[in-house]
Amino acid sequence: MLEHLDALLLARLQFAFTIAFHIVLPAFTIGLASYLFVLNTLWLITKRQVYEELFDFWKTIFAVAFAMGVVSGIVMSYQFGTNWSRFADKAGPVIGPLMGYEVLTAFFLEAGFLGVMLFGLKRVGHGLHLFATGMVAVGTLLSATWIIAANSWMQTPQGFGTNAAGQFVPLDWWAIIFNPSFPYRLVHMVLAAYLTTALVVGACGAWHLLKGTALRRSATMFTMAMGMVAVVAPLQIVAGDFHGLNTLEHQPAKIMAMEGHFESHPEGRAPLILFGLPDQQNKRVDYAISIPGLSNLILTHSWTKPLAGLDTIPDELEPPVVVIFWSFRVMVALGMAMLLLGLWSAVTWWRGRLTTDRWLHRAAVAMGPAGFLAVLAGWITTEVGRQPYTVYGHLLTADSLSPVAAPAVAASLTAFVVVYFFVFGAGIFYILRLMARMPAEAEEAELDKGPVRTAGITPGPAQGNPQGGSHGH
Amino acid sequence: MGIDLAFIWAFLIAFAVLAYVVMDGFDLGIGILFPFFREKRDRDTMMNTVAPVWDGNETWLVLGGGGLMAVFPLAYAVVLPALYIPLTAMLLGLIFRGVAFEFRWRTERWLPVWDWGFSIGSTVAAFSQGIALGALIEGIQVADRAYAGGWWNWLTPFSVATGVSLVIGYGLLGATWLVFKTTDDLADRARHIARRATYLTLLGMGVFSLWTPLIGPHYLGRWLSFPAVIFSILVPLLVLVCVAVIISGLNSQKDLHPFLASLGLFALGFAGIGISFYPYIVPPSLTIAEAAAPHASLAFLLVGALVLIPIILAYTAYAYWVFRGKVRPEDGYH
Ligand code: HDD
Ligand code: HEM
Ligand code: HEM
Repeated sequence: MLEHLDALLLARLQFAFTIAFHIVLPAFTIGLASYLFVLNTLWLITKRQVYEELFDFWKTIFAVAFAMGVVSGIVMSYQFGTNWSRFADKAGPVIGPLMGYEVLTAFFLEAGFLGVMLFGLKRVGHGLHLFATGMVAVGTLLSATWIIAANSWMQTPQGFGTNAAGQFVPLDWWAIIFNPSFPYRLVHMVLAAYLTTALVVGACGAWHLLKGTALRRSATMFTMAMGMVAVVAPLQIVAGDFHGLNTLEHQPAKIMAMEGHFESHPEGRAPLILFGLPDQQNKRVDYAISIPGLSNLILTHSWTKPLAGLDTIPDELEPPVVVIFWSFRVMVALGMAMLLLGLWSAVTWWRGRLTTDRWLHRAAVAMGPAGFLAVLAGWITTEVGRQPYTVYGHLLTADSLSPVAAPAVAASLTAFVVVYFFVFGAGIFYILRLMARMPAEAEEAELDKGPVRTAGITPGPAQGNPQGGSHGH
Repeated sequence: MGIDLAFIWAFLIAFAVLAYVVMDGFDLGIGILFPFFREKRDRDTMMNTVAPVWDGNETWLVLGGGGLMAVFPLAYAVVLPALYIPLTAMLLGLIFRGVAFEFRWRTERWLPVWDWGFSIGSTVAAFSQGIALGALIEGIQVADRAYAGGWWNWLTPFSVATGVSLVIGYGLLGATWLVFKTTDDLADRARHIARRATYLTLLGMGVFSLWTPLIGPHYLGRWLSFPAVIFSILVPLLVLVCVAVIISGLNSQKDLHPFLASLGLFALGFAGIGISFYPYIVPPSLTIAEAAAPHASLAFLLVGALVLIPIILAYTAYAYWVFRGKVRPEDGYH
């Protein structure tokens, strides 16, 4: 029995580890694919060289990230069988077809057109090349749609029955796909991907603005990225709020844990705990700093509606409170920081200083990884908050495990950890290096409107104001 | 009715696996052959012949695996734990060879690391797939809807032999692909390798056919039962025809023929295995009908598959068409 428990813990660790690596890559490539499509379109419409150069620059980075996304994704699709075979047997009839559609509509589309997008411009011409770029972008979004439908069904399952073998049997596909949490989660995730990408692109632009390299391109991408952050960060917070309300309706225990509400508040006025140290054993939050009544207002839109706490949930069905209490705060804090960055950019842009405000650029560089952290924190909240179930309310995580021996899982977990850090560490290093090296010659020619200089002469730290052309239009 | 759909799906899954084997087979083959080509220029060209298409090729593996979970969840839930170690090794191998396509162009100092990663990763993936096939043929014990065997049951002389044979077979696919897609010295060396790989593959298939009935006498029974026996006689003959086409194509510089004929070899071997398995999906424990998902799952995904697979095949063909012709060292894609 003890051995079974060990295998369970190891399998959970392995799943969390591999999906955490996987999710940050799609989060980046979903956004980047759309960004490339925008750049490609702008380039064909305006014929401005800066868009072509930016397209080429980000295309290479996309290719590296995409390759990592693909190989880490294949691991995911086999892991359901190796480690979670009971889950696969039971839930396969419902979530299997959703993932099957993901393969048929999304993965093949991405893969089929990726080659044309990366290597085919000279062979197919501009129009078809743009089409291929568009198909890759559509593919990434379709992929997110199907996998989020699958995950959301596991969070808020409906539209199924059970058969004699204990399998979930689909009864109503519409209800399964459009389960209650699906629309919220999809919107929240896609916005997250766009924010993540915008923050990376913005950080890269800001970095080069600070260093004074390739100013026209840096200014263009910085402007585009900060515009995106300014618009999407507030939307994301609104979406997150709606998402939370939906979760309150369908998975109240998760919200109780996120909020640190061990006690019920029959008269309402539940406090919003900003910080504190939750203690699940003794069912209290130590050193809490809280705003009286605010949680009630956010969750029920009323001061006085009663709000239930974890005391209404049997102990063995409570999710681990400490983890989600913190991961949720990390996500929200980062979301707020993104909102501030967006506001700051908007004000600076309004005053015509977007590409010269060095403090803003420093802040943007610092916020570069924030999207990844928020995505991870958000998924940890979602997934840990669903415990102890894999299919919420119907299938316990402990009953999902394969009949695996702990040593086998331990060995594969170790192998994955070593290989992932080695391979993806190298990949992240290459991506950072690609971002740090921006070729400069062509831009000089465009700026001077003069003849192309001999390659190899790096432009001096252009102190003029070359960014004039790229903002304020 | 549900049964009928299950058979259609068994056929579609088999199709996906065959598509995977022949398409990813040749790009894994390129990796397997890397050690025979030491020059960076050759390796660049070899990689460029598959760079635009490898991702699509590998997606058939995701369809085979993911599709299995959708339509034969019980088979998926039994086979994957039984093959825990070889499949994990395959995934790790695929990680190295997949990222190598991008990483090896991003560094000079670590080029050898990713070249080895590509080569060893491809070989490990191929070998693990062969092991998995061998273990599946030997049979998987099931009790109470779950795998009931031990952790090392997959490791037998037979499965190791199928592993080695598959590495050689993929090497043949890779070599004939290079004959088809490259020029000059590189193509000549590929021809040389292809010739040897053909004979070795033939040997592998022969050993496999004699050894399989020893593993499971019921396989012999299946081969000699009525409609199957026609195939049992035809397959060896067609195999010899393919071998003849490969060799004569290599000799007469008809560069596409050897590749097509080696695909034919794989299709024949695959058909042979299919005949042996039927009506089981996991011999000797689960039949196709027993492992099938509920009707609603089969029907829902089938609608999409019947519409989408032809479309996928069309744009995949288009992608190959865009990158048609010989790849020369000077027109590198990267
Ligand atoms: C389609 C299904 C699906 C999707 C899209 C995700 N997960 Fe998940 N996750 C599972 C399906 C699942 C699961 C199979 O249901 C697991 C395995 C064991 C478990 O407890 O649930 C799980 C567990 C699990 C755990 C362990 C929870 C615990 O043991 O307390 C973590 C930390 C994550 N996941 C994290 C993530 C992240 C960062 C994701 C971002 C993409 C993610 N999951 C998406
Ligand atoms: C357990 C869950 C998941 C599984 C089983 C899974 C499976 C896969 C697989 C097999 C691939 C490779 C496809 C190929 O060969 O081209 C992949 C890539 C991808 N996945 Fe996942 N995935 C999971 C979670 C997610 C999530 C949560 C998202 C996004 C919200 C996502 C979005 C993508 C995207 C966009 C790609 C394309 C490659 C890339 O852009 O990096 N996946 N996934
Ligand atoms: C500050 C405002 C935000 C609020 C109020 C908020 C709210 C939430 C809530 C309640 C969940 C849990 C959903 C569940 O129980 O299933 C969640 C999950 C998540 N959040 Fe946020 N969020 C915010 C900001 C962000 C930001 C800025 C990002 C990323 C850039 C992000 C990314 C995610 C992700 C990826 C998930 C997991 C996927 C999902 O279930 O949607 N969130 N968020």
